[in-house]
Amino acid sequence: MTTLPTTSAPRDLAQLGRTKSVAARVLRERLIVGTLAIAACFSILVTSTIIAVLAEETWGFFQFPNVTLSDFFGGTEWNPLLGAEKHFGIWPLVSGTLLVTVIAATFALPIGLVCAIYLSEYASARVRATLKPALEILAGVPTVVYGFFALTIITPLLQKVSPAFGNYNAMAAGLATGIMILPIVCSMSEDSLRAVPRSLRDGALALGGTKFDVSVKVVVPAALSGIVAAFLLAISRAIGETMIVALAAGGIAQITANPTAEVQTMTAYMVQIFLGDAPAVGVEYKSSYAVASVLFVMTFVLTMIGQYILRRFREEYD
Amino acid sequence: MATPRSTASRLFSNRAFLLICLMATNIAMIVLAVLLISIFWQGWGTLSWKFITSFASRKPSEAGILAPLMGSVWVCAICGLVALPLGIGTAIFLEEFAKRSRFTRIIQTNIMNLAGVPSIVYGILGLTAFARMFGAFGTTSEDAMNFGDSESLLFLRIPFGSTVLAGGLTLMLVILPVVIISTQEALRSVPSSLRSGAFALGATRWQTVWAITLPAAIPGIMTGAILSMSRAIGESAPLLVIGGLLLVFNTPQNLMSDFAILPLQIYNWAGRPQDSFHALAASAIIVQLAVLLVFNGFAVFVRQKLQKPLQ
Repeated sequence: MTTLPTTSAPRDLAQLGRTKSVAARVLRERLIVGTLAIAACFSILVTSTIIAVLAEETWGFFQFPNVTLSDFFGGTEWNPLLGAEKHFGIWPLVSGTLLVTVIAATFALPIGLVCAIYLSEYASARVRATLKPALEILAGVPTVVYGFFALTIITPLLQKVSPAFGNYNAMAAGLATGIMILPIVCSMSEDSLRAVPRSLRDGALALGGTKFDVSVKVVVPAALSGIVAAFLLAISRAIGETMIVALAAGGIAQITANPTAEVQTMTAYMVQIFLGDAPAVGVEYKSSYAVASVLFVMTFVLTMIGQYILRRFREEYD
Repeated sequence: MATPRSTASRLFSNRAFLLICLMATNIAMIVLAVLLISIFWQGWGTLSWKFITSFASRKPSEAGILAPLMGSVWVCAICGLVALPLGIGTAIFLEEFAKRSRFTRIIQTNIMNLAGVPSIVYGILGLTAFARMFGAFGTTSEDAMNFGDSESLLFLRIPFGSTVLAGGLTLMLVILPVVIISTQEALRSVPSSLRSGAFALGATRWQTVWAITLPAAIPGIMTGAILSMSRAIGESAPLLVIGGLLLVFNTPQNLMSDFAILPLQIYNWAGRPQDSFHALAASAIIVQLAVLLVFNGFAVFVRQKLQKPLQ
């Protein structure tokens, strides 16, 4: 049950009774509702401005002489800053982003889900009281700290395992990103696991199921929509993660599935441009807006799918 | 449980799964421990009062974080002053006033989408909308309009350029959806019987919100607000888009000052090859984590102390 403050409420209500006339009260009410409605519309304004800015600048990018849509979406070479002939094919950047994301997801999704099952189904109140704050700390650590961790701890450790790892590699960046999304996966999955009513567990236990049977075959399927939504959100965070990959993944845009290799992600390219490696009017600078558009569309689609799954497949028990 | 299995095998999988659970949880804890220990190991030696109170320097032994620390304070203060009223107002409107219509569903979906937008994209928006104001006031610094004396606290320049004001407003965009969503959850947890009681006494909707719902929801709202601010302090990608990596030798004087912020200073030092700068980065991280810990501790305190039980 929710707990409530007691002392202030009745006194305030008595004061409110002094408002002069009904007309004045109605007017004040209208003004307040109007102000709040304007605040609510601000979020729509933000979204439309993002789309307008990205669309306008991306359009500007495609107006440059040797930039075409088919090269951008079909090209396999991305070298705007070096070489005599510039190529703008998005696939190397997408490949780098996907490689890092896949490594992060492979690390974080299973561990996060199992942690959530443990917290929701097995852990005692005392264990929860230690684990939850620890996860909250992990969730609050700035991403630049994870980037530093990837660069100074994970990469040297990987190099001890295999000399193939360079000073910048996809594996370290992916693992650090995985650590970053782990608390998101864990706490969101746990929320949806705990929302499954107790009666379902009791029923399964009464039928002779072990704790494992109940957790994995009854509770997890019942909470599946929430778990999938958590996974999608975590993946979209990994795709949009910037500081970790800018520090640890390197700067070579190439199509590769080799985790020891140096890769450049879409976000890392944008950082490189905005750090001032290119003049603000040139084609290189504008290309970062086109990359941002692709990034925006990718995360937007993932969020929409997550929303749809939550709405469409939610199991209602009340 | 369709396939019949022996009791022994079911008990075995039961045990095995518990073992997997413990391993996964331990991995998470070990990672956290290694992260904290390694950072303290690297950064403790160079952390000193002088480090916190001196300005940037090319020599690692003389460098400090005063300018980025104060920059972070300014930027986050602006961010909070705008994002909290705007976000809490939006949440109150959606939860307490708006009818369930198509319009409110669009706003709600839109907020969930905004929460998923990568922060670097907000940086691009902030650069265009706040720093350059869509180029409506010219593109060079000579075209800018100045209001007031550039030394005074109230100095204003349009467009804002790469200043603390533009940075704070951009961070505001990043945390706005977080503030809205957490406030909505806090308002939803207030039982509707309280509202009905107020309505029965003849209170208007706003009177009910102001006197009944808000006081009941304030611990939850404050916890959400503090956690969003701790997110704002750690956010660096959008501000990197706006200002780049600046070497700043002043603390901000007014809204139009250049800014450095702590996470970007960490990024700057971490990106250099020399170990001496890595040690500085680790020291700055310790300061950053200490600030975060204070914020999180405050949130826990608010959650526990402000929630008085209903008698």
